[in-house]
Amino acid sequence: MTDLPLLIILGAISIASALGLLLSRNAIYAALFLVLNFGVGAVIYLVLNAPFIAVVQVSVYAGAIMVLFLFVIMLLGAERLSPAENPPGIPLQRPLAIALGAALFGLALYVLFARQPPATPSPMVDSSPAAVGQSLFSTYVFPFEVVSILLLVAMVGAVVLTRNK
Amino acid sequence: MPVLLEVTLKSVVLVFVLLTGFAYLSLVERKVLARMQARIGPNRAGPMGLLQPVADGLKLIFKESITPAQVDKPMYFLAPVLVVVPALILFAVIPVGKGPTFQLASDINVGALYVVGVMGVAVYGITLAGWASNNKYAALGGLRASAQVISYELGMGLSIVAVVLMASSASLAEIVEAQMPGNILGWFVFRQPVAAAIFAVTAMAELARAPFDLVEAEQELTAGFMTEYSGMKFALFFMGEYVKMIAVSALFVTFFLGGWSGPFVDQVPILSVGYFALKVVACLLLMIWARATLPRMRYDRLMGFGWKVLTPVAIANVIVTALLIVLGVPGYR
Repeated sequence: MTDLPLLIILGAISIASALGLLLSRNAIYAALFLVLNFGVGAVIYLVLNAPFIAVVQVSVYAGAIMVLFLFVIMLLGAERLSPAENPPGIPLQRPLAIALGAALFGLALYVLFARQPPATPSPMVDSSPAAVGQSLFSTYVFPFEVVSILLLVAMVGAVVLTRNK
Repeated sequence: MPVLLEVTLKSVVLVFVLLTGFAYLSLVERKVLARMQARIGPNRAGPMGLLQPVADGLKLIFKESITPAQVDKPMYFLAPVLVVVPALILFAVIPVGKGPTFQLASDINVGALYVVGVMGVAVYGITLAGWASNNKYAALGGLRASAQVISYELGMGLSIVAVVLMASSASLAEIVEAQMPGNILGWFVFRQPVAAAIFAVTAMAELARAPFDLVEAEQELTAGFMTEYSGMKFALFFMGEYVKMIAVSALFVTFFLGGWSGPFVDQVPILSVGYFALKVVACLLLMIWARATLPRMRYDRLMGFGWKVLTPVAIANVIVTALLIVLGVPGYR
């Protein structure tokens, strides 16, 4: 495993950027820490020989979604709101967050320590764009179509919301 | 590690060529614009003004580096870097000549997707410069930049999809091969004219150059996101814009003008680099010509054009191309 030191460094940056996202008081900085986190994720995919997923991660999350996030934060001036000005959040937000966080942490611990790893590592799969496309449109065509319809519904919703009466 | 050494050397040469190219592109642009406006242009520094970029560079280095009091410091310094880096790393996947000698990583099978990803990330620099400057003009420029890039990215991505369909590969080296080097009619600009036109327009919009330079708009925004920048930080924005001009031209050449192909490249492989450079320079001159000719668009027209004209046409082009390929029409396999 010659990649191990690299993966440890990448993991450390990933955790640090996630902490930065949680702890920064400024929404713009939080968004940028998230972008850094996505970028590190993409590099980890590259190290694991999955260049397709890596570039999709960059172009979809960092290149499209987070640019929109940043745009909305800047447009609303939301980065300067102090906690006192914030509208009240979901009731029981803190207890819920703690419970869900503990559940996620427990799940991660279970996967890491309690579950038996498979005896043989899964074989290398072809990660070229052509192979990914093939399996997306044959084996996984049903989930693919379900996700497409979900996105279409969201788009129609957005169009309805923004239409002038 | 010889591989590491080879890649490092190639990168150093590439960066050197690009930065020299940036310096002289700025001179060429000023000269050509001047001629088109019946002026003479810079001609004082050196013979025919050839030392003008050196003079500009020296002047900017010796300028006082001013940091306005109201800026958000970390982002203010990070933003110019974020403008230059994506422009430079675009070249990692562009084959600038025939054979592996003139390529960094252009045989990776996701080259076209990498281009789309890097072009998408490139907007961060401008947006953050606008935000970090803490200035109304700069913020408006930054907002315009992100809205514009989001709107035109889609059309550009779809025009690249048509090219990838034609080449049945997302590797830039294979896209060049698919344009049948040696036969000019194999170029995708002839087989995919709609995609070529869309790519050209969206590339100008992504660059935020005239007629799409609403981001800077001197009259309304006093240079937009660059308002609070001076000295070398200002020079970095300039460098980012010009290197990106070269990168986008190189991409257009790779996708639509047959890349490095030309007569006699099989006998003398080094010629391929010359052809590539020649085509890139032709694209750059076209861009300068467009800047001298076309007035700036109105902002609502710009957004309307992107969403209501370019994107639907690009989608239709992808569908038609896919149909032609499935039906096996000659020229579309």
